[in-house]
Amino acid sequence: MTDKRITIRAARFDPEKDKVPHMQSYDIPFSDESMVVLDALNYIKAHVDGSLSYRWSCRMGICGSCGMMVNGTPKLTCAAFLRDYWPRPVTVAPLTNFPVVRDLVVDMEDFMHKLKSVKPWIIRKQEMPLGAGEHRQTMDEIDDFRQFSQCINCMLCYAACPVYGLDNEFLGPAAIALARRYNLDSRDQGTKIRLPVLAQSDGVWECSFVGECSVVCPKGVDPAKAIQQTKLDTTLRFVLPYGNRE
Amino acid sequence: MDFESYDVLVVGGGLAGIRAAIAVVEANPRLKIGMVSKVYPMRSHTVSAEGGAAAVLRPEDSYETHAFDTIKGSDYLADQDVVEAFVREAPIELIQMEHWGCPWSRDPDGKISARPFGGMTTWRTCFAADKTGFHMLHTVFQTSLKYPQIHRHDEAFVTKLLVENGRCEGVVAVDMRSGRFEAITAKSVILATGGLGRVYAFTTNGNICTGDGMALAYRAGVGLKDMEMVQFHPTGLPFTGILITEAVRGEGGYLTNKDGERFLKRYVPNKMELGPRDIISRAMVTEFEEGRGFEGPHGKFMHLDVRHLGEAVIDRKLPFMRELGREFVGIDIVKDPIPVRPVQHYMMGGVDADISGVTPVPGLYAAGECANVGLNGGNRLGSNSLSECLVFGAAAGRAAAEYASSAKPVGSNPVEAMLKDETARIEAGYLDKKGGEERIGTIREDMQRDMDAGAGVFRTRESLEKLTKQLGALRERFTNIKIEDSSRTFNTELTAALELDFMLEVADTITYSALAREESRGAHARRDFPERDDAKFLKHTIAFRTEEIAPRLEYRDVRITNFKPQARSY
Repeated sequence: MTDKRITIRAARFDPEKDKVPHMQSYDIPFSDESMVVLDALNYIKAHVDGSLSYRWSCRMGICGSCGMMVNGTPKLTCAAFLRDYWPRPVTVAPLTNFPVVRDLVVDMEDFMHKLKSVKPWIIRKQEMPLGAGEHRQTMDEIDDFRQFSQCINCMLCYAACPVYGLDNEFLGPAAIALARRYNLDSRDQGTKIRLPVLAQSDGVWECSFVGECSVVCPKGVDPAKAIQQTKLDTTLRFVLPYGNRE
Repeated sequence: MDFESYDVLVVGGGLAGIRAAIAVVEANPRLKIGMVSKVYPMRSHTVSAEGGAAAVLRPEDSYETHAFDTIKGSDYLADQDVVEAFVREAPIELIQMEHWGCPWSRDPDGKISARPFGGMTTWRTCFAADKTGFHMLHTVFQTSLKYPQIHRHDEAFVTKLLVENGRCEGVVAVDMRSGRFEAITAKSVILATGGLGRVYAFTTNGNICTGDGMALAYRAGVGLKDMEMVQFHPTGLPFTGILITEAVRGEGGYLTNKDGERFLKRYVPNKMELGPRDIISRAMVTEFEEGRGFEGPHGKFMHLDVRHLGEAVIDRKLPFMRELGREFVGIDIVKDPIPVRPVQHYMMGGVDADISGVTPVPGLYAAGECANVGLNGGNRLGSNSLSECLVFGAAAGRAAAEYASSAKPVGSNPVEAMLKDETARIEAGYLDKKGGEERIGTIREDMQRDMDAGAGVFRTRESLEKLTKQLGALRERFTNIKIEDSSRTFNTELTAALELDFMLEVADTITYSALAREESRGAHARRDFPERDDAKFLKHTIAFRTEEIAPRLEYRDVRITNFKPQARSY
């Protein structure tokens, strides 16, 4: 068991030296059945090649940093077990559909702007004073938006989205899911303010309902559902009075 | 030369840092705020907090009991005026989080729910299922996006505080993407950089928890307070160190040894699984040493058993634990006990700061885990730290705003010179360094292994003295490091090297502070001095940097108000 080994093929790209990315192979010990792809990258960085660049932090599937393409599928590398690939080599590449900054690091500034554009915060006509205590909210009301609040911004859904791949103006799965999260929150009164962004030409109507976003989400979020529901909202706004909380 | 210049600069984008930034806006909306973080803010380690945030929100609870629980939990090393202020502010902050959209779990009447937690005498831990930190961080981060006053510098690594004539005037940071060195100036600077768990091998902390803010302040001449007080959480998953929340025990989970016995009856008979973390971790290590632990491929462990709670409760209150069990251990916690063992989790010690986050350097503030404002003493109670980030993040924000509102602007001449010096230091020492033989990864692993062995749950003079020698040798080896990556673009070998440099320094402060505290108090358990010694050590340790590796230690009396130190038993 101690001399079991595995081959990791990692994408390398340094814009200061390279015109295009290339793959580099590392043959490393697969010393523990609990090892994940991220452990393999960490082994390489610590013991073989200190120049390999990638993001990671919590290694428990909640910080959202370590998303990469693992054998062609967007994955959190902290939750992708080597035992599921061995003895085949594991190919690790940066998330598709994003510009590559370096090696396995992608540029996600685009998402940061999109996130802000959907106003992902509670909007109220009138703020309740702190002294009045909390808004009452039932667990059923939380269930209305719970799944959409689980998004860890890991970008796997953008990597899986064929529409975003063709046109990165598309608002995309996570941003729409988070808009939906606030639109469905019983404390929020901002649906009307968010709908123009969601309904514009690069908003929900771009989605061709392939549903890959929901398939790859590591947190059980269903952005495809958020998008379909929002399509309905943007239609109904022309026939019904806005929203249900105004 | 032009620099980005702010009224207030926040270093760190976790719960304390973002709360501080918003507090600055609330205090004075005309101030311009910078926030520099080495990761995108939602990656900050707040995200991994699970169990909840403590505050007195239920009518049957009282400020006095929350204060007493916290002070007793601290083994009387907390400053009592700070605790008393904290318990009054915490409920307001949690309500504020609710107004910002935090999806708190609710009681049937729609009010914020609470659960029992270790060392708390009543239910006061508010929670958002078992992802409380995740929800709080995303809520406060997303809320921060609505303030145009807050300007973020994401993925910029701070290497040095700019201190001129005794006043903090900003930072030098490397923009990771471009590799450019930048001076970012500000009238006041708030450190909110989180913990240092990565100085240990077995830790719940993420890769980014490398004590940066503590080291930055230490190098700027600020003392680090109570660094010997390192919290070991009783329930980490073997191998990964992934945290299994205390809420598992709060909801009624049992800790059992290999004989199937709830062994805590011998250690904390009145509290059992709801005893404080320091005592339970020691109980587990003691049981291991006496042969009553399970043996596994990744060392000894105990069972944390929630099978009797049933699937419905587990899915409602502990869904993330079920997910972690399934994903990372291959078990279903509805049917299988969870293997757990003590794991480094939290740093009570930190940058010496007062109740408003004020440090001894004018213009410099600190909040959250990187700070020690006197709240946690020798042992933090679970669920006090999320509330601490809010209460003291906001306090630091207000204090920094007030200072910035009246402080003189920062002059650019000395800043330019300081930026040049700092750039030259890092280029010569790292980026353009020729030769060298030591791998950063190897030195880091050796440090982590040595810290686990020498400054863990139990310490002795012998273990700590050995550790000082090991750390000294590692510092020597660090001068001979090899940097393979000369690229300026997202050079994570550079940041790893700078983090290791920080960690080696804070590791020394832990070790020397622990060596000098010849008593056992809170998380600091000396086998050679098993008793608490109030006559000698009812005092904070303050470690100051010197030209030598060993810090100069000073002591400061603990502030006692209403709670006389007494024997701590549960």
